[in-house]
Amino acid sequence: MKTPLALAISAAALAFATAALADDPKSGGTVNTIIQPEPPGLVLGMVQNAPTRTVAGNIYEGLLRYTTDLEPMPQLAESWDVSEDGRTYTFHLREGVTWHDGEPFTADDVVFSADVFHRELNPSARAVLQHVESIEATDDHTVVFTLTQPFGPFLLSFEAGTFTMVPEHLYAGTDFRDNEHNDHPIGTGPFKFANWERGTVIELVKNDDYYEEGLPYLDGVNWHIIPDGASRAVSFENETIDVLPSGTVENFDIPRLAAMDNVCMTEEGHEYFSPFAMLWMNNREGPTADKRFRQAVMYAMDREFAKDVLWNGLGNVPLSAFGSNARFQNDDLEPYDHNPDRARELLEEMGYDGEEITILPLPYGETWTRWAEAVQQNLREVGINVSTQATDVGGWNQRLGDWDYDLAFTYLFQYGDPALGISRTYLSDNIAKGSPWNNVEGYENERVDELFNEAATAFPDAEREKLYREVQEILHEDVPVGWLMELGFPTLYRCDVQNLVTSGVGVNDGFKDAWLDR
Amino acid sequence: MSFFARFAQNRGALVGLIILLVIIAMAILAPLLFPESPWRMVQRPFLPPLSQDGFPLGTDTMGRNVASGLMHGAWVSLLIGLVSTSVALLIGVPLGAIAGYYGGWIDDLLMRFTEFFQTIPNFALAIVLVAIMQPSISSIVLAIAIVSWPPVARLVRAEFMSLRNREYVEAARLVGQSNTTIILRQILPNTLSPIIVLASLMVATAILLESALSFLGLGDPNVMSWGYMIGAARTVIRQAWWLSFFPGVAILLTVLALNLVGEGLDDALNPKLSRER
Repeated sequence: MKTPLALAISAAALAFATAALADDPKSGGTVNTIIQPEPPGLVLGMVQNAPTRTVAGNIYEGLLRYTTDLEPMPQLAESWDVSEDGRTYTFHLREGVTWHDGEPFTADDVVFSADVFHRELNPSARAVLQHVESIEATDDHTVVFTLTQPFGPFLLSFEAGTFTMVPEHLYAGTDFRDNEHNDHPIGTGPFKFANWERGTVIELVKNDDYYEEGLPYLDGVNWHIIPDGASRAVSFENETIDVLPSGTVENFDIPRLAAMDNVCMTEEGHEYFSPFAMLWMNNREGPTADKRFRQAVMYAMDREFAKDVLWNGLGNVPLSAFGSNARFQNDDLEPYDHNPDRARELLEEMGYDGEEITILPLPYGETWTRWAEAVQQNLREVGINVSTQATDVGGWNQRLGDWDYDLAFTYLFQYGDPALGISRTYLSDNIAKGSPWNNVEGYENERVDELFNEAATAFPDAEREKLYREVQEILHEDVPVGWLMELGFPTLYRCDVQNLVTSGVGVNDGFKDAWLDR
Repeated sequence: MSFFARFAQNRGALVGLIILLVIIAMAILAPLLFPESPWRMVQRPFLPPLSQDGFPLGTDTMGRNVASGLMHGAWVSLLIGLVSTSVALLIGVPLGAIAGYYGGWIDDLLMRFTEFFQTIPNFALAIVLVAIMQPSISSIVLAIAIVSWPPVARLVRAEFMSLRNREYVEAARLVGQSNTTIILRQILPNTLSPIIVLASLMVATAILLESALSFLGLGDPNVMSWGYMIGAARTVIRQAWWLSFFPGVAILLTVLALNLVGEGLDDALNPKLSRER
């Protein structure tokens, strides 16, 4: 079902596309936007928090960028070749690139960043590096990665937030965490770090020596820090703020803000992260240990209602474990529609005796609380005896880490490939107490382990697809977790900010191409 | 003059009593008028009041019936008010009685203990208690009771101190009655009227406290209370005023009614005092 809001967005997107074609970009002007919450630091790779990625993605760059379809685009690497056996990746770097301090960017910086800096500091890069046998600079502008075996999602790992390029001449041989340049990040990106007034604003200014002719168009970007949600909404309403990155205002405010004059909204720019909301179901004990109970929960939930009412009709209700933005989705699976009768049948079949189960909502604000209330009511209506336990973030982390729950809300990033963002939830060797981010539900299935592991290193993609389709069929039947929604995290902006979202990470590296039509 | 006639002389008290009876009726009739759970999502969200039959007060952010929530909420609010006040009396009355009757070091000890609770701001302590114990009806009742017993203890102590040397108490002592008997059978009955007046006001305070806790998201997530309704409506107040307005009015009226009734009880129970006023 398309809501009026979703239609309005499509219309706005269409209008936007035509406008972008009609006009030539203008240079000049500064954009005011918001970063929420304030990032702990700005050196990518050293700090992994989402707000750091958002700001620093405009200072630092990776070898590649990704389109909204997650196809790689050239960035610091001009072109790349993949050998036939899928084990050797050769990157040809752009020439004439300099760091913000004037030093030239060379292949040695790439080797240092990948092999030394990220290997030491960055767990998500490390997970990719375990498939890498060697990294060599064959000349000043060529880098060769040799893999131990083919690794399908390798080309998806070069996004600035995951595999950023850091300057070797400033970091080599120093204590990275204590380096004096951490307070004044030096990258190769379109914007240079200018000033950070703690608790108030982070200012970036145009890099005049940027290697792409004419870019960036903007003179600067100011990231304002406003702790209160209502104040953030007001600052956008009274036009002090031009761009609201996703997640900076409450969902309930979005329709009102989107309906204002000269305000545009886009759902694009999150394909790389593609946050996937899930309901952890404890596979170890209680009624949730029974597959039929978990299926009943899927049939009992009215996920379309949650999407329309709580998420303003944005986002997507998934078929099973693979979202629409992950590759290799098997769309032949039968959807778990809202079907209370089927849920009651399943409960009767398993002989559910009314044992009480609990829900832990995600303590991330009003939308999530309301969502838990809706699911609780859905479950009660099919006869499940369920109550809600409110927690804070610490309590939530602890309860999940200790496996002390029946049902619990969460959301996880998909990172564009099942081997990066999806398999981690279902692999049995990823069961470990103490973390709320691994295989928390305790699902163990040898065949699923086999398929996921094989698919990660299978080559070429057609081979991977076959394996992933089979794994989805098993997961769809077993329902290890509840698949709630791929969240739509819209970006709101003044319509005269042109060309803002041009990649699969949105404003995280979007200000490079943006310009002001004023 | 009969007790009720004295009570009814205070017009305000009579109005308060009527409002209170209406609210009690709401609480009792809720399951009959709205047999479905107030959490049930029954209509389009954000339906304004009076726009659709069966939804006189409209629907909330999730399409739940506001009228149903208001009626069921009355039950929660009254229950919490009454139970927590009873618990507070159970703590405060014995402590005050013992302190006032015995005096000396027992009094010192108990009063320092009471002051310890009085120095911590009520609401802050209640928040901490609920957060530690996990929000649920029982933890909220307990938290409210724990923050509201000290005034009871002080009042009862003062009454006991003024009564313990009266002649009838001396007489009871001469007859050989035990301390316990004197406290329970001789003095306590004579302190009841101020306690009743105080208790009626405490119910009102307890309802306010519960609403404030729910408003902050520390309510029992499984019951629909007025404070919860306002707290949940806060984020959408610009789009849907009625979601916070009706429960807000309900809280206002209940607290006002209880205060009026308390004043009326004061008049009725202490006729001399009130005539002097």
